[in-house]
Amino acid sequence: MSAVVHARGLSKRYGATVALDNVNLDIEAGRIVGLVGPNGAGKTTALKAILGLAEFDGDLSVLGLDPRAQRTELMQQVCFIADVAVLPRWLRVADAVDFVAGVHPRFSREKCQAFLARTKIKPTQRVRELSKGMIVQLHLALVMAIDAKLLVLDEPTLGLDILYRKEFYQTLIGDYFDEEKTILVTTHQIEEVEHILTDLVFIRDGKLILNATMDQVGERFAEVMVNPDKADAARALKPLYERQIFGKTIFLFDGVDRARLAELGELHKPSVADLFVATMKGTYA
Amino acid sequence: MSTTTVKTQSPLDTFAWLLRREFWEYRGSFYWAPLITCLIMLTMMLLGMIAAELFANQHGVTIGAVKLDQITEHMDEAHIEKLRAGIDVGLLTMNLPITLVLFLVSFFYCTGALYNDRADRSVLFWKSLPLSDTQTVLAKVVTAAVVAPLLALAAKIAMHVGFLLLISLYAALHGVNAFGILWSPLHLLSLWLKLLVTIPLGVLWALPTIGWLLLVSSFVRSKPFLWSLLVPIAAGVMVTFSGIARSWGFVSWFWHEIVLRMIFSLFQGSWLDFSSLKGLDHNGGDPSEAIAAIFSMSHMLDVLVSPSLLIGAVAGAAMIAGAIWLRRTRVEAYA
Repeated sequence: MSAVVHARGLSKRYGATVALDNVNLDIEAGRIVGLVGPNGAGKTTALKAILGLAEFDGDLSVLGLDPRAQRTELMQQVCFIADVAVLPRWLRVADAVDFVAGVHPRFSREKCQAFLARTKIKPTQRVRELSKGMIVQLHLALVMAIDAKLLVLDEPTLGLDILYRKEFYQTLIGDYFDEEKTILVTTHQIEEVEHILTDLVFIRDGKLILNATMDQVGERFAEVMVNPDKADAARALKPLYERQIFGKTIFLFDGVDRARLAELGELHKPSVADLFVATMKGTYA
Repeated sequence: MSTTTVKTQSPLDTFAWLLRREFWEYRGSFYWAPLITCLIMLTMMLLGMIAAELFANQHGVTIGAVKLDQITEHMDEAHIEKLRAGIDVGLLTMNLPITLVLFLVSFFYCTGALYNDRADRSVLFWKSLPLSDTQTVLAKVVTAAVVAPLLALAAKIAMHVGFLLLISLYAALHGVNAFGILWSPLHLLSLWLKLLVTIPLGVLWALPTIGWLLLVSSFVRSKPFLWSLLVPIAAGVMVTFSGIARSWGFVSWFWHEIVLRMIFSLFQGSWLDFSSLKGLDHNGGDPSEAIAAIFSMSHMLDVLVSPSLLIGAVAGAAMIAGAIWLRRTRVEAYA
């Protein structure tokens, strides 16, 4: 099974700024990969390269195709929702379904209509008459009815309320995802995708600073809640990060033996958000 | 196992959907605008007739004392032909408002065609579908060059029919039977056919403007309309006043063949070469000869092989290719 995304030495500069710095990345089929990084870290640039929307240096193949030269072919098997779901405001819902059915060989009208039937969206409505949450529902209905091998989501739920956000990921996992599909998602609301990810990639200043499966993340990183008397002992083990809570200190360690950590205090699995804050500290300084 | 059967997608089907999409988005510009212009024209004619009628009643003028049908009975074929040619000139003149509307809507269409969806970011939705940039841009070219003129022609035909109906009814109200002379199906069809055959010529002629506008539309990050006018006009002003030009002949050539061709070639009939139509000046305003001259094969062939058309079409095609190339990776713009 060849990789869905295979990148070697992927680089991109905008003038003096390096957006992607010699990135190597492999994504296998059946994974849900979270690409996480602070603003301006290169997430969108990486996605644009994968989707054939930007030039780049280095080797990159997506589903065995060159995203620049074979973009149209690639888009039969790759689908994406970019940023805040934006659909053309003049488009009528029924026309949107007809159009995608007309141009996309892997689109299932029945599936799409079944998704739409669960919403309040009416076929005669135009996109401009829909609320933001409904536009995302429509976009998701169109995209999920496409039997794509790779789905790329770039901040798909930005600006949506919690109900729509929950529904979005539930539908995605419950009705769309299977072992033949691959999802690549970027979002700032990490805590909401944490439990669905199989792989985690952190990107900072155009470099991948973490690229691991969630299992590996669980093995490597540990959080210990330490009483003040043992704090110095904990600091001696070179924690990635520390923060105070209720008079105790929580330390985050990378690759330190668990037995030793257990002596210091209570062990926890760190949340991805905490891990993110720990690894990204000083980004905006 | 994925069991979804993947149907094969024919590029022609995709293209037809792309044309439909353009029509959905610009229904107001290409369908309603010419049709409403047609209705306004007809309403004005009707009001004019009512006004004439009121005026005639007030002043005791009687219309209809002359029996047109009796006159035509005594006319020979040549005279009838002349009369009909006169009507043709009238009908063609009446086209002008719709032609003007078509020019304006196509111009704005082209400046926005590859810009508006970048400004509102919906380009990313279209880019998420298996549509090639070549197909996308060519669908916009065909919409501006073929679909819009065809819809405008339909509105013109509707207006001609409406106008002839109004006159016939008006004449009938005064006891004149004008049907025979006004409603010669063969004659009308041949007039409409003439308008139809000029459309392909118009396509080639319009390519420099379409290409230039699409190139700007695909390139600029804001204000495509402004840039599309500013650049050619600034170039023209520079050539005029900078002293690059050795002669006024060159300045005049530059304005005619570069600046105006980049901006006004979408105006239907702007390919008419009045200088070559000597017949127009010397025939003492004989309308049938003028029309015959304009629509004559030889005149159209003259235009077709003229350097202005050929070089312009090549330049236009090159600019369209440029727009396709830019469309690949240029997805950002400001609203």
